[in-house]
Amino acid sequence: MRKVTWRNLVARKIRLALSAFAIVLGVAFVAGSFIFTDALGGAFNGIIKGTTADVEVAPKNAGDFASFGQDARTIPANVVDKLAALPGAADAQGTVEVQGVYVISEQDKLVGGNGPPGLAFDYDDTTAITGKRILTLQRGQLPRGDAQVALDEATAGKAGYQIGDEVTLVTPGKNPTMQAQLTGIVKFGSEGGLVGATLTIFDEQALQGMFFEGDDVYTSISLTTADGVSQQELTDAANKVLPKGVVAETGDAVAKKNEDAIGEALGFINKFLLIFAGVSMVVGTFLIINTFSILVAQRSRELALLRALGASRRQVNRAVLTEALVVGMLGSLLGIGVGYLLAIGLKALFGAIGLDLAGADLPIQPRTVVVSLVVGLLVTLLAAYLPARRASRIAPVAAMRDEVAMPESTVRRRLVIGSGLVFLGIASMVVGFIGEGGAGLSLTGAGMLGVLVGVSLMSPVVGRPVIVGLGALYRRAFGTVGVLAKENSLRNPRRTAATASALMIGLTLVALMSILGASAKKSTDQAIDESLTAELIVSNAIAQDFSPQIAEQIRSVDGVASVAQFRQAGPEVGGEQVYVGATDPTALASALKLPMDVGGLSALDDSAVLVSSNTAKSKGYEVGDQVAMKFPKMTEKLTVAGVYPSGGALFTDYLVTLDAMETGGYAPRDSLLYITKEPRVSESQVRAGIDAVLEGNPTVTLKNQKEFADEQKQQINQLLAIVYALLGLAVVIAVLGIVNTLALSVIERTREVGLLRAVGVTRRQLRRMVRLESVAIAVLGAVLGVILGVAFGIALQRALADQGIDVLSVPWVQLAIFVLVSALVGVLAAVLPAMRAAKLDVLRAITTE
Amino acid sequence: MSRTTTAPATATDARPAVAARVVGLRKFYGRGDAVVAALDGISIDFVAGEFTAVMGPSGSGKSTLMHCMAALDTASAGDVFLGDQRLAGLGDKQLTLLRRDKIGFVFQAYNLVPTLTAQENIELPLSIAGRKPDPEWFDTVIDTVGMRDRLRHRPNELSGGQQQRVACARALVSRPQIVFADEPTGNLDSASGAEVLGFLRRSVDDHDQTIVMVTHDPIAAGYTDRVVFLADGVVVDELREPTADAVLEKMKVLSAQAVAGTAAGA
Repeated sequence: MRKVTWRNLVARKIRLALSAFAIVLGVAFVAGSFIFTDALGGAFNGIIKGTTADVEVAPKNAGDFASFGQDARTIPANVVDKLAALPGAADAQGTVEVQGVYVISEQDKLVGGNGPPGLAFDYDDTTAITGKRILTLQRGQLPRGDAQVALDEATAGKAGYQIGDEVTLVTPGKNPTMQAQLTGIVKFGSEGGLVGATLTIFDEQALQGMFFEGDDVYTSISLTTADGVSQQELTDAANKVLPKGVVAETGDAVAKKNEDAIGEALGFINKFLLIFAGVSMVVGTFLIINTFSILVAQRSRELALLRALGASRRQVNRAVLTEALVVGMLGSLLGIGVGYLLAIGLKALFGAIGLDLAGADLPIQPRTVVVSLVVGLLVTLLAAYLPARRASRIAPVAAMRDEVAMPESTVRRRLVIGSGLVFLGIASMVVGFIGEGGAGLSLTGAGMLGVLVGVSLMSPVVGRPVIVGLGALYRRAFGTVGVLAKENSLRNPRRTAATASALMIGLTLVALMSILGASAKKSTDQAIDESLTAELIVSNAIAQDFSPQIAEQIRSVDGVASVAQFRQAGPEVGGEQVYVGATDPTALASALKLPMDVGGLSALDDSAVLVSSNTAKSKGYEVGDQVAMKFPKMTEKLTVAGVYPSGGALFTDYLVTLDAMETGGYAPRDSLLYITKEPRVSESQVRAGIDAVLEGNPTVTLKNQKEFADEQKQQINQLLAIVYALLGLAVVIAVLGIVNTLALSVIERTREVGLLRAVGVTRRQLRRMVRLESVAIAVLGAVLGVILGVAFGIALQRALADQGIDVLSVPWVQLAIFVLVSALVGVLAAVLPAMRAAKLDVLRAITTE
Repeated sequence: MSRTTTAPATATDARPAVAARVVGLRKFYGRGDAVVAALDGISIDFVAGEFTAVMGPSGSGKSTLMHCMAALDTASAGDVFLGDQRLAGLGDKQLTLLRRDKIGFVFQAYNLVPTLTAQENIELPLSIAGRKPDPEWFDTVIDTVGMRDRLRHRPNELSGGQQQRVACARALVSRPQIVFADEPTGNLDSASGAEVLGFLRRSVDDHDQTIVMVTHDPIAAGYTDRVVFLADGVVVDELREPTADAVLEKMKVLSAQAVAGTAAGA
């Protein structure tokens, strides 16, 4: 008897471990998201503190325009002298800073890129608020003249350059590519490294010559306080002598402002990751509910005995919940540990795409631990509550009965609650679609969750046809073994359905994403097909703007009829940042077929603006209205001259002329060039000419229409790959759920397995039986998931039709593959339970109690 | 051991064919000092077409004997032959196929797969072998057990007696060489038990089925052709053409001897 008890305990340990594992994975996702974003935040804050001086002087609101487009405003050099003369200033240093300068490695590859900026500035010995120097020359000499540079250690290392080597650079200035000699290596003042950003140090006059037409100007000035002078005192003093449009701010305030801005961006990454953590947790909840339900059912006789011996309902309830508490606690603690590993993985992953966090710590903050534990414990307890309540309802007399039936809620009740939830969910989604921004998204998400839970509740009923259909197939293909498998999966519909529902949730999201992805790709194709007349497009591989010189050079290539430059920036309208494009309307007219809703492209001049139909709708613009657009240098009053359709070839919210944007204070940087060739020459001829212009500049690439479409689709694919990978964890948890359910079912049916073996079922047939049951569960989950995913996908595509996803595409083949892969996953999930069933000793199994 | 000496089934007409035979069968449990012999060198033949009961007190080894003969358990020493097939040395797969094709089972309880109908349960050993039952024989068996109107029912819709009758039908439908019944009436009321024993008897009389039944019950033993009494892992006595009273009488004698033996040993 002790042997049996011990065996039960071990078996239960494994079962509990499996459900604890679901908690581990879910909590790991939560903890990993926090740890990773904290690490990112720490690294960025380090950089911000390490580069901010006691008092920072810059054009007004400089930070507001830094995220998008290059602010072209400068400060005259004489201001530095004025500031240096202030009694509170120990030091004043003018800085020339330019973004978009990239180092090309010895292998002609771009260093960094794809996110982290390529920074260029002049060397000075300013001290940051951290008390350390912002820059220190480590080795070699400082650069002098136009043809020398210094690099930071990491960049030089990645590019493979030694002091004395010729370095190739890409710049957004007059020389799109240039060569310079590497004279020294500098060290950046912050601890956490540069997060993948590259640092190129030039001679001050060289920078001014390249980017500011040789004017003796600075982009910012750093002040160091004299002893006993506070940041604020020096700031106040500085503001009195500064020219109009230039302001001084305390270093602390600047650092805080920048940290907040970074924090907001990182909060987005965190939220994004946490959404997937949430999905995993929901799936894990199903697994825990199921495990505890089965455990309680298997122990029902024992629990009934306890009740018969005088244990109260509460005590039984509490006994089950205590078990859950222990599982939840262990799972959560382990989850935090695994989350740390996950964060290391994320760090490596982000490192691979250029966000180098090599030097950054992975901090486990108290908040991370608290949130992880609370989430893990709450989910486990919530999930165990229903089974525990049911356990307490077992009648004491059940102890005397042969077979103990668990009290179950009626199917009818489930159907009513389930369909109610589905209805509420759909309503919430509809409201969410109509609503705007974050609130709309949350409502849509909550609605989806409602539908998913509702369908899960109903799935014992709605899933039955799937199993029965599959069963008919099984009978034909596998005979009696198939019938047994089908009957086993119908035996406890709730259990099968709950197990399948976990997979259903994962598959719903996967199918949804695949439909959105396919629709987005098809929409891209269609937009390019319908509206792009330019044969060739030049764009930047890392989505960084490039020098307008390139457009000039291409114009002179033989066979090029016109080059339409397209720029983008983020000025403000009515206090919020908007997405504005700029172009030459005449050239664009030959590059794009732009079916205007109102007005025409030709009406666009330097005092006019075109708006997208969405923008017109949300802001209530009509032709003739005035739009006050706040650029870095000035606010321009522009007249609405036309409305173009949203989601077409023109993806910005507003369109102005190149001159309007430049006058407003943005440095001239192109982000796209549409090239139309003369009909007399072939595409390949023109290509050859343009390729010669672009040679040596790996950041700027030339594409024809198809390649351009492919590049955009490639980006969609990359995003999809990331989302699939993140959803993968939810699928893994769901698969664990199948393993768990099957293992428990096999234990429950020991006697029957023994009988089957006694009358001549071979081990192989037994394994097949378990496998087929597993496949039935997996396919049920996949089919329900794909059906819901298709419904959600079509709904979302309709809702996003005016956001650029205007063509619906349902990738049926891919969806079928998802179902097939799920079936395969079912086979894998069955491996261990099937082995266990086959290994059962026949004699022991048939004599077991 | 050569084949000719181990194939008595095809021996002369004078001697009856042997459906199963055990020779010097031993089965030990435990190890070292704690070793217990459940079977202590049993040799016995079961003649084809006979209904044999194996009786004995708890721990006499009767269940172990049946498990070893039915390819559910392996012997520690000695040999088991089913027909001319020696069981020793067969792997799990071969033993499984042997059970499926040559042996029928009726257990005390949990005889049926709950998810299958009566008919599916009856056909189970054949269908997992990928065979169809001979329709004529199937009808005969169904009519013998009287379950024709219950074929589409699941086990939980049948009474205990009906379930055992389905189990008997399953054991008989594949025309096994031998049927092993382990206390088939142990869980039944006397009327149902009598029914079940009735079919077993009839299948021997009408169809020459060989049946070996382990039982405690002298009344059940009274249905058989021969009763073998076991004690302490060896055959201690046997009775031909038994009646329930004769069996009861013999049991009393044997248990008295056992008590005396224990007393003498102590």
